[in-house]
Amino acid sequence: MAEMTVIEAIRTTLDEEMGRDSRIFILGEDVEAGGVFRATEGLVAKYPGRVIDSPLAESSIIGVAIGAAHYGLRPVAEIQFADFIHAAFDHLCSEASRWSYRTRGDACLPMVVRTPWGGGVHGGQHHSQSIEAYYTHLPGIKVVAPSFPADYRSLLKAALADLNPVLFLEHKRTYRLIRQDVANAPAETVIGRARIARKGTDLTIYAYGLMLHESLAAAAALASEGIEATVVDLLTLQPLDVETILESARATGKALIVHEDTLTGGFGGELAALIAEHAFEHLDAPIRRLCAPDIPAMPYHPNMEHFFMPDREKIAAAARDLAAY
Amino acid sequence: MPQLGESVTEGTILRWLKKPGDTIRLDEPLCEIETEKVTAELPSEFEGVMGEILVPEGETVAIGAPLCTVTVAGEGGPSGQSPSFAASPAGGWSGGPMAIPPDEAVPAPAGAPAAAVAQHPPETPGPGPQHSPEDRSRFYSPAVMRLAKEHGIDLEGMRGSGVGGRITRKDIEARIASGPPAIAGKPAATDDAMYEVVRFSATRRTIADNLSRSNIEAPQAWTMVEVDVSGLATLREREKERFARELGIELTMLPYFTAAVCEAIGEFPILNSRWEDGELRRYRALQIGVAVATDHGLVVPVIHNAGEMNVAGLARAIADLARRAHERRLRVEDVEGGTFTVNNTGAFGSIASKPLVNYPQVAIVSMERVVKRPVVVGDAIAIRSMVNVCLSFDHRVMDGLEAGGFLASLKRRLEGIA
Repeated sequence: MAEMTVIEAIRTTLDEEMGRDSRIFILGEDVEAGGVFRATEGLVAKYPGRVIDSPLAESSIIGVAIGAAHYGLRPVAEIQFADFIHAAFDHLCSEASRWSYRTRGDACLPMVVRTPWGGGVHGGQHHSQSIEAYYTHLPGIKVVAPSFPADYRSLLKAALADLNPVLFLEHKRTYRLIRQDVANAPAETVIGRARIARKGTDLTIYAYGLMLHESLAAAAALASEGIEATVVDLLTLQPLDVETILESARATGKALIVHEDTLTGGFGGELAALIAEHAFEHLDAPIRRLCAPDIPAMPYHPNMEHFFMPDREKIAAAARDLAAY
Repeated sequence: MPQLGESVTEGTILRWLKKPGDTIRLDEPLCEIETEKVTAELPSEFEGVMGEILVPEGETVAIGAPLCTVTVAGEGGPSGQSPSFAASPAGGWSGGPMAIPPDEAVPAPAGAPAAAVAQHPPETPGPGPQHSPEDRSRFYSPAVMRLAKEHGIDLEGMRGSGVGGRITRKDIEARIASGPPAIAGKPAATDDAMYEVVRFSATRRTIADNLSRSNIEAPQAWTMVEVDVSGLATLREREKERFARELGIELTMLPYFTAAVCEAIGEFPILNSRWEDGELRRYRALQIGVAVATDHGLVVPVIHNAGEMNVAGLARAIADLARRAHERRLRVEDVEGGTFTVNNTGAFGSIASKPLVNYPQVAIVSMERVVKRPVVVGDAIAIRSMVNVCLSFDHRVMDGLEAGGFLASLKRRLEGIA
């Protein structure tokens, strides 16, 4: 098979799975027209009545999806930009995440919420947010954040087969930027597994989404300086692959956590705590977090956006420091 | 090339609306651009005279790539300043000066934005390691404390390679590897005249680690059969010229051998397994690694889905991987995911070898040198082309029954070729 972009990986997987399972349907803003990123392009013609435009009301999109899942359907709710999902937080937090728990496991709630997140696209305050920290705090929701097209495919398939609500995070900057020959990609992955994307001995970098690609680029550059970094592609943020995270931290004794969300209360804090708690005696340096500064939102101006976001240069600089420590 | 929409990474010039020498006013359209999401006219950010067109109609370029030059009004004549017109790459997000593999390539904005990037020193928010010249030789990290205790190493007086002389985990590991110091308090004696210290390259270190792991973790058994490949030798002679002519490949016995290996694994699929995440995974697809000796070390590129290829396909795949291995142009995916390894030790003249299993795989087969030998055929002595085929396998995973069965199947298939 030819190379595929992230957006093509998502579109083809939705298509294949809708063809396979008539319970799956899509709802969201402008999805009939293909959505603003063209993820659902052509699907309404192929599956009439199963790709449904919603009002511009995110709490309604998620509420309807929850109701449909109760009735035995498999909704795929598209939130046009992750920035808009907060209007539906109560539904996700107080209803979706607890349904199985409330019924003592008698009932399940199979639904997927797809949403483009992240910055680096000159999207400004309302089209650039990282939302993972809010939702990984909910024990009843799985949160997935792939980086490569093949992983988008296998994890979207896994999300559609999962009996729990899955928040499927798609980094919008990578939609058309990252290509991969999916037929010859590494073996399919499942929810809850991380992957060692690169193996090194000097430090371990943890990342997901766009930052995973930036970390790999930084690691490639560092290799020419004689610094070999392990790069862990987290893939799933909830539930975490604790074993892989700890093993790779123990192996190098130095951990660099990268995310584009802001520092305080960001997901990196959880990773840092996990490593400090369980790999303390193997640590050879303070755990390091490289994140956006604590500024209310992603700025619009290119220079300011660049200042805000971690990238390969900043990652390489932090890694150099940590390796030398 | 401006960024015409979030997630768009490239654009195509549909039509130039201005030609070199034309006068350009501010905001006047210069050309039409098409992207996956939109088609739009590009307004000029400058007033002046159109210079050179850098991207012809129909050509697709990355966001930020310069499209044409404009001689800015007031700069005076052809000798004036000609800014390279890239439009503002709205992403403002630089690939920077680092080398990036093409498949991850980020369109690097040219010109001004790169300079803008350079103005921002890397931000390091939050408390990180603070480097100061103070003496840190007495600060021991948890990893160093643990290792020192486990190996009874006295840290007193030791000076490390870390910041401020801090003893790093690697320093301790090096100390452990080199054994106890000859005389306490004095550095071990070295004599440059007598020997030099051989530094391992990253590749060599990876090979060393993998082989140690294989030898320590996997209890390996070894077995060998001898195979009459006279028929195969004749076939190869016959096909050699056709392969050279039609495929441009020097045909060896290895593709035939690999094809037979694939078929034999089909009968004994347990050989196509890997230890991963504490479990044994039997793979469905045959990802056959082929050991290639290069002057920068042994590499084992992988023929993906080898089970679906015929001899010509395998010959081509092997030739391609071997060539790129020598040229150091293998990609990560070329060396990952192997489920079984074929080793052509005969190339070195060996007639028997005991390969180490390529961990986390569970078996490795070697094809030794093909030699003409007198053998007993029926009740007569004949001169036949003979080859030894050796198999090392992880005895935890299988017994002689499967290993022997696999070799017998391989032998039968190779001897059946005529």
